[in-house]
Amino acid sequence: MADRAPLWPAIDKPSHPHDSAHLHVIGLARYVDDGAEPADMLHLAFGQSEQAHARIAAMDLSAVRAAPGVVAVYTAADIPGANDVSPMAGDDRLLADGEVICVGQSVFLVAATSRDAARRAARLGRIDYEPLPALVTIEEARAAGSLIEPTQRMARGDAAAALATAPRRATGGFDMGGQDHFYLEGQVAIATPGEDGQMHILSSTQHPSEIQHLVAHMLHRPSADVTVEVRRMGGAFGGKETQAALFAAAAALVASKTGRPAKFRCDRDDDMAMTGKRHDFRVDYDVGFDDEGRILALSLRLASRCGVTVDLSPAINDRAMFHADNCYWLPDVEIVSERLKTHTVSATAFRGFGGPQGMLAIERIIDDVAARTGRDPLAVRIANLYGPDRDVTPYAMRVEDNIAPQMIARLRETARYDERQAAVEAFNARNNVLKKGIALTPVKFGISFTTTHLNQAGALVHVYADGSIQINHGGTEMGQGLYIKVAQVVADVFAVPVSTVRITATRTDKVPNTSATAASSGADLNGMAAFEAATTIRDRLAAFLARTHGCAAGDVRFTPDGVRFGDQCLSFATLCRKAHIGRISLSSTGYYATPGIVYDRESHKGRPFYYFAYGAAVSEVVVDTLTGEHRVLAVDILHDVGRSLNPAIDMGQIEGGFLQGQGWLTTEELVFDANGRLLTHSPATYKIPTASDRPRHFAIHLWDGDNVQPTINRSKAVGEPPFMLAISVFSALGRTIAATAPDKRALPPLNAPATPEAILRAIAGHRAA
Amino acid sequence: MSVRFILDGEIVDISDVDPTATLLDHLRYRMSRTGTKEGCAEGDCGACTVLVGELDADGTRVDWRAVNACILFLPMIHGKALLTVESLADGGALNPLQACMAANGSSQCGFCTPGFVMSLYGRAVGASGHDLPVEDVLAGNLCRCTGYGPILEAAATTGALTRDDAALAQQLRDLASGETVAGIYGDRRWFVPRTADALADLLAAHPDARMVAGATDVGLWVTKGLRVIDTLIFVGDIAELRTMAETDEGLTIGAGVRYAQAHAACARLHPDLGELVRRIGGLQVRNAATIGGNIANGSPIGDGPPALIALGATLTLRSHMGRRTMPLEDYFLDYGKQDRRSWEYVESVHIPRPAPDSIVHISKLSRRFDSDISAVCGAFRLDMADGVVTQARVAFGGMAATPRRAPLCEAALTGQPFTEETIAAAADALREDYAPLTDVRGTAAYRIDAAVGLLWRLWHGAQGEAVSVLEAQLG
Repeated sequence: MADRAPLWPAIDKPSHPHDSAHLHVIGLARYVDDGAEPADMLHLAFGQSEQAHARIAAMDLSAVRAAPGVVAVYTAADIPGANDVSPMAGDDRLLADGEVICVGQSVFLVAATSRDAARRAARLGRIDYEPLPALVTIEEARAAGSLIEPTQRMARGDAAAALATAPRRATGGFDMGGQDHFYLEGQVAIATPGEDGQMHILSSTQHPSEIQHLVAHMLHRPSADVTVEVRRMGGAFGGKETQAALFAAAAALVASKTGRPAKFRCDRDDDMAMTGKRHDFRVDYDVGFDDEGRILALSLRLASRCGVTVDLSPAINDRAMFHADNCYWLPDVEIVSERLKTHTVSATAFRGFGGPQGMLAIERIIDDVAARTGRDPLAVRIANLYGPDRDVTPYAMRVEDNIAPQMIARLRETARYDERQAAVEAFNARNNVLKKGIALTPVKFGISFTTTHLNQAGALVHVYADGSIQINHGGTEMGQGLYIKVAQVVADVFAVPVSTVRITATRTDKVPNTSATAASSGADLNGMAAFEAATTIRDRLAAFLARTHGCAAGDVRFTPDGVRFGDQCLSFATLCRKAHIGRISLSSTGYYATPGIVYDRESHKGRPFYYFAYGAAVSEVVVDTLTGEHRVLAVDILHDVGRSLNPAIDMGQIEGGFLQGQGWLTTEELVFDANGRLLTHSPATYKIPTASDRPRHFAIHLWDGDNVQPTINRSKAVGEPPFMLAISVFSALGRTIAATAPDKRALPPLNAPATPEAILRAIAGHRAA
Repeated sequence: MSVRFILDGEIVDISDVDPTATLLDHLRYRMSRTGTKEGCAEGDCGACTVLVGELDADGTRVDWRAVNACILFLPMIHGKALLTVESLADGGALNPLQACMAANGSSQCGFCTPGFVMSLYGRAVGASGHDLPVEDVLAGNLCRCTGYGPILEAAATTGALTRDDAALAQQLRDLASGETVAGIYGDRRWFVPRTADALADLLAAHPDARMVAGATDVGLWVTKGLRVIDTLIFVGDIAELRTMAETDEGLTIGAGVRYAQAHAACARLHPDLGELVRRIGGLQVRNAATIGGNIANGSPIGDGPPALIALGATLTLRSHMGRRTMPLEDYFLDYGKQDRRSWEYVESVHIPRPAPDSIVHISKLSRRFDSDISAVCGAFRLDMADGVVTQARVAFGGMAATPRRAPLCEAALTGQPFTEETIAAAADALREDYAPLTDVRGTAAYRIDAAVGLLWRLWHGAQGEAVSVLEAQLG
């Protein structure tokens, strides 16, 4: 291999940088919007609903059609097939049909010769609405009995009876806000018509197969006529799992109707108004415990604002239930999950997928128990951890890989939790205006799609006669480093440098029927599928050598120095050349389906997860009690990624996930007005963390244990779990507020996000309690 | 006339210029330079960061500043030099900053990365704001993936980089002209005057014209509001308006002085004023936005005016008929209504230097510390004699339709001993001074409580207590 230049500037594994890093920094990594635009390309914009819920009495689009540059204007009646861009329930319209159901809903579609012309024209539509009753808040939807699906119940034992007999009992509740994904690259798609009714779509999507199928149905064509391609996304975080379909379908509709390529690049403000976000939740609980803070019984009610369509809300709310135990044994427990339908944009997948909401609920309950018993919250956490003979989740899965106790113990020591806790108390005794707080919270996150059939993946590996390798799989690259991880897996199989492996765009015509790249599963599933494909080819090469050189196939070894058999050694490239001449197929698919998972949604029992990923974090914060301003001063993290496929990539996921979680719980506030209009639809009003919000002390360490399950390289998923480490920030803020009236044995009434306003209100509430 | 600027040593000449076409769109869709990204099209995310260079006052050096290309109208770059991320590729080789960022995990999705590269490259070559802490340099660059750690590490480990701009400086000198540049685009017209007199004459002739300095506000009228502006006068290139004078009496800042340029002088006048200026937008915004523009547009949430009012600033307006000067607070008449005739422009603002024993306190409250608009911005100047408040100037933004003084609070302080009791009485009075609105940045109740909290912060701070979470240390 040394005789040929590498395909790309790769460095040695295992901590190889992101495969596109050298392109990112020079501006040459191509995103969907970066290709040259054909002269006849059309640009698109939606006319949007101004009302949360109304019948469309009349629609006058004459001014839109007459606007400069406009080539076509389409409404629902122009859609040849299904007017649907939903993932499962069939209830998301590409274009509103007779009725609008949220502000920002797409009502008509403008195609023009420039983006500017399309956007201007889209504002000229005149729609006469007959308003219908609109539900905006969780309270309004609950009062109206408006649900996406029936309320779900997960239970063990008799929570009511155990509550009645518990030595101590507390009720409480709080609200937590949603979150906008704020991927830096907005939603975008380009559809290019091909011959004979075919369609090619470039989309910034986590789920190419879903877009393929939806577009096919929308155009009333077979799926085989639609190809969806994505090389990379400029961030996604769940926001391009189902939400990309709207824009791709719009582009496909125009391309199909006009025969011209069509691009939909959504404006940021429109993107934030039109696309789904993390669910906001209302939590209410009734918890029974003893004087040591051990939870004996819990009745928990999780209510979420699902927005106006089903989207992925059932699975997201299921996951909130799955994580309402976090690391804790809940003997008698009842978790009730209300999925409320409101006339707001449909909430959707976002990193953690309901898990953060469920986990924040139980951590808040633990803090409440600690406050009421007067015990240190960490002691209460430890007292409630899963352990021997108390190791079964509320959904009846045994926790077989529980490392939370050891991780907490180690982090407590390395982060000097007890020493710093004492320092915080001393600081608070000295200071009137500023107060500090510290908290350690753990994470246990279940890995697998809880919809069991999604846990499958395919890959395609080509080895060329010169020994270079091309790989393709069903996973998409959104920045998380999936491509480089899979490339490393394949390179390892052949013992060749990763620089000889070319990673190609995800395409539905290479690997079909893929699942979304979601649920942190990308490397687990696609890495294993690619491993299978590569191993198939390696075995063929070994068999070929055995046949042609009279050795045993089992004696052929692929090493960094070449392929060894007996006392001979061939370069990998030479072997490939010989195998090709010997008429050996050097291409293979690979397939993987996660074993051993089963779940009965009727009873909410089973083994929905292949394994758990763990972590723990200590956060220390400071609050200005006069204004509610606050900062995260220090964070120490210990996180479990199994045997890491790529430690640098994993560390990046941990740090980035944490800061995103910190944003969710502190600065990022979504504000809807009473009419269901999102007021925080731009970065001017919606505030994700900046560089200075990163804690100055930010130490991350990886846990040094393998996955007990035979995953690829015994690694663990890392995309979502670290997000929830940021719950330690919220917990620390609660303790800080409590320090403003330290004699009160109560949990300050803090809602998330803990903006300065929310904190000032909680301080007043705590002092008045 | 055409817009001409220098990119990678070549003169780019754009004729038939739509005066509100953005530099970003031109780069991406007319020049196929797609490394520069659009993240928000409103100057808040920094994915479109480019470096604009112009000759320094002596006409010898090239001064660089990072700006957001998404809200930079093409005429604003006339006569200047431009660097985009593509400019940094030296035959495809990465510079040390890029090499470090590529190796250390500074990019994940990579979409924001070119903007970070440009901000940090600017810092490395001594661009405007290069001496600020790196978090400040990056306050206008949002990354949603990395958590910023590797990026900050790359900045810390990459030292200064050198540029040889001698040839570029000569090109800029060749391109320079003292004449007003003007263009017509359909039935719209635009001007880039070079002198204060030329501006006055233009305004007299086109009283309906929209003046644009940094376009950090007007830019959004176009990219978000899709507004069509018939006549534009770009005032950013008038040297006379870009001067500052620092004397014992105070600081006079020309209306065309950008926030980044004024930062150090403001900090010398009072550290709180410097801190306030630091927190006005990201560096790209402060490298474009002007003090004059922030006053002239009369925003009720503009962060500069409350502080300037409390400090006793005066405003000078100029027109072809002469000048007039007024206390700054008198300029703000009502929501969106200022005491400026259509042919006048803001020439300068003068901030008197506070007496050494005056107590000055300025605070801005927002959800996020950097690059956010305040929910409440409060400023106090208490002149003292023998422990008694002889004069109190208290002004708030975000509490009324305009930046406005707090007369009841001032009265409760004036003539009173500086004691906890006086502050308590002033706090009660302050609650009566304003009837703020509830909006997306905060409720009325929070605004009142927080305003009172700022008065108490002044008190506790004056007692030597720790009152700033920004200064709080670990341990």
